[in-house]
Amino acid sequence: MSTLTDVKLKRIHPKKFALWMAIVSMIMFFSAFTSAYIVRKSAGNWLSFPLPVEFYISTITILLSSLCFYISKKAYLEANIKLFKILFYSGFGLGLLFVLLQYLGWQSLHRIDISISTNQSSSFFYLITYAHILHVIGGIAALLVTLIGIIRKRFDYPSDKRTLKLELTYTYWHFVDLLWVYLLVFLIIQQ
Amino acid sequence: MADITITEKEQLVHGEDHGHDHGHGHDEHHGDKYQSSFIDRYLFSLDHKTISKQFLITGMFWAIIGAGMSVIFRLQLGFPDADISWLQPLLGGWIDIDPSTGAGKLSPDFYYALVTMHGTIIVFFVLTAGLSGTFSNLLIPLQIGARDMASPLLNMLSYWFFFLSGAILLFSLFLNTGPFSGGWTGYPPLSALPQASDGSKGGMTLWLISLVFFVVSVLLGGINYITTVLNMRTKGMTMFRMPLTIWAFLVTAILGLLSFPVIASGFFMVLFDRALGTSFFLDEIYIAGEALTERVGGNAILFQHLFWFLGHPEVYIIILPAMGIVSEVLAVHARKPIFGYKAMVFSILAIGVLSFLVWAHHMYMTGLNPFISNIFVLFTLIIAVPSAVKVFNWIATIWGGNFRYNSASLFSIGFVSLFISGGLTGLFLGNSIIDIQQHDTYFVVAHFHVVMGVSAMFGMFAGIYHWFPRMFGRFMNETLGQIHFWGTMIGAYAIFGPMHYQGMAGVPRRYYSFDTFQAFDQFDAMNQFITVAAIIVFFLQLLFVINFFYSIYRGKVQTEMNPWGATTLEWTAPIKAGHGNWEGDIPHVHRWPYDLNRYPDREFILQTEPLAEGEVDGGSSH
Ligand code: HEM
Ligand SMILES: [Cu+2]
Repeated sequence: MSTLTDVKLKRIHPKKFALWMAIVSMIMFFSAFTSAYIVRKSAGNWLSFPLPVEFYISTITILLSSLCFYISKKAYLEANIKLFKILFYSGFGLGLLFVLLQYLGWQSLHRIDISISTNQSSSFFYLITYAHILHVIGGIAALLVTLIGIIRKRFDYPSDKRTLKLELTYTYWHFVDLLWVYLLVFLIIQQ
Repeated sequence: MADITITEKEQLVHGEDHGHDHGHGHDEHHGDKYQSSFIDRYLFSLDHKTISKQFLITGMFWAIIGAGMSVIFRLQLGFPDADISWLQPLLGGWIDIDPSTGAGKLSPDFYYALVTMHGTIIVFFVLTAGLSGTFSNLLIPLQIGARDMASPLLNMLSYWFFFLSGAILLFSLFLNTGPFSGGWTGYPPLSALPQASDGSKGGMTLWLISLVFFVVSVLLGGINYITTVLNMRTKGMTMFRMPLTIWAFLVTAILGLLSFPVIASGFFMVLFDRALGTSFFLDEIYIAGEALTERVGGNAILFQHLFWFLGHPEVYIIILPAMGIVSEVLAVHARKPIFGYKAMVFSILAIGVLSFLVWAHHMYMTGLNPFISNIFVLFTLIIAVPSAVKVFNWIATIWGGNFRYNSASLFSIGFVSLFISGGLTGLFLGNSIIDIQQHDTYFVVAHFHVVMGVSAMFGMFAGIYHWFPRMFGRFMNETLGQIHFWGTMIGAYAIFGPMHYQGMAGVPRRYYSFDTFQAFDQFDAMNQFITVAAIIVFFLQLLFVINFFYSIYRGKVQTEMNPWGATTLEWTAPIKAGHGNWEGDIPHVHRWPYDLNRYPDREFILQTEPLAEGEVDGGSSH
């Protein structure tokens, strides 16, 4: 990706700004789901079911993964590459674990016969969690690119270009993380 | 001024050099390290100017298809008894042949498919991608003084997602069961139940996939446009020194960014209903007398909310770029500053905000709570205020100007006329009581074609005639352009004027045939008249297409860098600018974009000219 400009860049890098714009559009995407949820729920015939414990554990993993990434960036900036790598790998692993736990969560729901077409409440539940996992997988793809970069020793010393890449990837990851926390709280409150 | 002319000549020579021997790896433009082979230069180009042409030409392709479809279904409406078996080579099985007489008739299923495709194609592919894709791409970097978009790569992807989206929809036309046929709004249950009709089968699946790709394209483009406008303006280009085109493109992109994801959610839910057995939009459905007992609990109206939350901003996504173009073209050809620059900016912003608060005016007849209806009536009618401010300012701009009549400026005036006419009928529809009578009639069809369809096309034509030299270094033919204008102007009113009467008399839209309604027999002649007018206007557009392609190769060559005597930055770049736009440094901006005839001896002052001692920027007093 190239930025063809010789204008002095203002406060925020255009790519970061663009990422924030993309995040705004994703927020709109999910708020459409949650508003539809509220509208539909108010019409009644709404089955409540408990969320399986996997979803709570997964919340902890994704929060931890964000924390790892957050500290890993600091380590990278301080040229503590070893710590950076360890934390990156842990964060990445925790991210994958999150996907696995979501999957196990859906499995547990199926065991108690809550499928996607059981009731409007379960339809919405699957809709929202599926849409979220798609966004997480997008984040994992971005992390994979970084991982390949690390394996190819591109991150062995701090550079502006790499820092930007890390920041973009991590910002997105923190977003899908916070988004999940919001969705979970929403789903609990709106059971 | 003198030194500018010299550089102009230099750059002209430069431009000509490069013009003839393209396709060779070694002759690269300055500042362009990407475009070496034919494929890189024309197909997967990263240059915003090339991407703009790709959007334009793809948009024109779709415009011809979309308009051609309307001619075919207008034949059915104007001449329902005519034998159209001669269309069989083109439409094949979609023509029902009567075995006893051998006469051919359009099949009803295909009529609905055509109406649906016409709407989808024109609204999304032509007037969204074709209009805003073309001109945002061409003008944003050139007018704000940037070498390209913030991310040329995302920009290129935006085009290719659009292309893919179009290819998928095109493919759906060739399915056995036909393309989607439930209307461009894609309402459930027709869209959500594959068994509901032929068009609801594979055609609808492809429609959804196509539009999801389209949303991706709009978002990639929009993110880029916003980022570029807000972050990459050249030195001195403050927000209030931006031409109105840029303001319009910026607000358009913001509207798209906020509204398209919402319809993407709606499309996702429809896909779930179709494929995964959910019933978000389904309840109490009977098909052929049989109840679908499994599919209950949903609400079809919910989809309408999601759809129109995009749908209404979408109509402004279509009209705002046209408004920006018209403002610019009118000012340049009236040789006067735009009247009320800041009022124009604030009305664009006001329209942008209000467009999110009116969506339910498309749903007055869905059993909406009358109290809620009233709120939407209020906001809907308030939108008329900023719209009227704009109309007033355009008229004041033309008024008393030293007006140059040419294809670009005529289409701009035509735009203003159509926008007034269509806006007036909007005021009727915006009133929930009057809408009880008008909803789903030809009055609505007339309203939105005049105010949006034809107006936005006029804005697009104005932009093409005006910026054609900027795109291709040549001019379009003026005589053909003016024939195109007058024919289309008269034709548009001839087509849509009578539809207002039909609508007031209650003729419903989206009916294949009115045979069983004797009350509407009185409109037979009127329908024939409309159809004939539509056919003539269609062929006039082909005249435009011929003029367009002929002029690319044979049009009058542009010799001056700034042929219209405009003030904005796009005319300070060499005629055949390479990737990166300006050969030397990016120009700096010192004044607002409308210093036209500001001083008796200066017809126009480029934005790059520094303010004289003690001179105040013209923008500060407007
Ligand atoms: C004074 C301003 C306007 C008002 C008050 C207004 C009001 C309305 C109302 C109430 C309807 C729904 C009618 C019905 O279905 O019963 C409608 C339909 C429509 N309007 Fe407007 N409108 C205005 C301007 C515009 C503009 C500027 C555009 C586009 C640029 C536009 C595009 C449309 C479209 C596309 C539809 C019909 C969509 C469909 O049902 O297929 N309108 N308008
Ligand atoms: Cu509307």
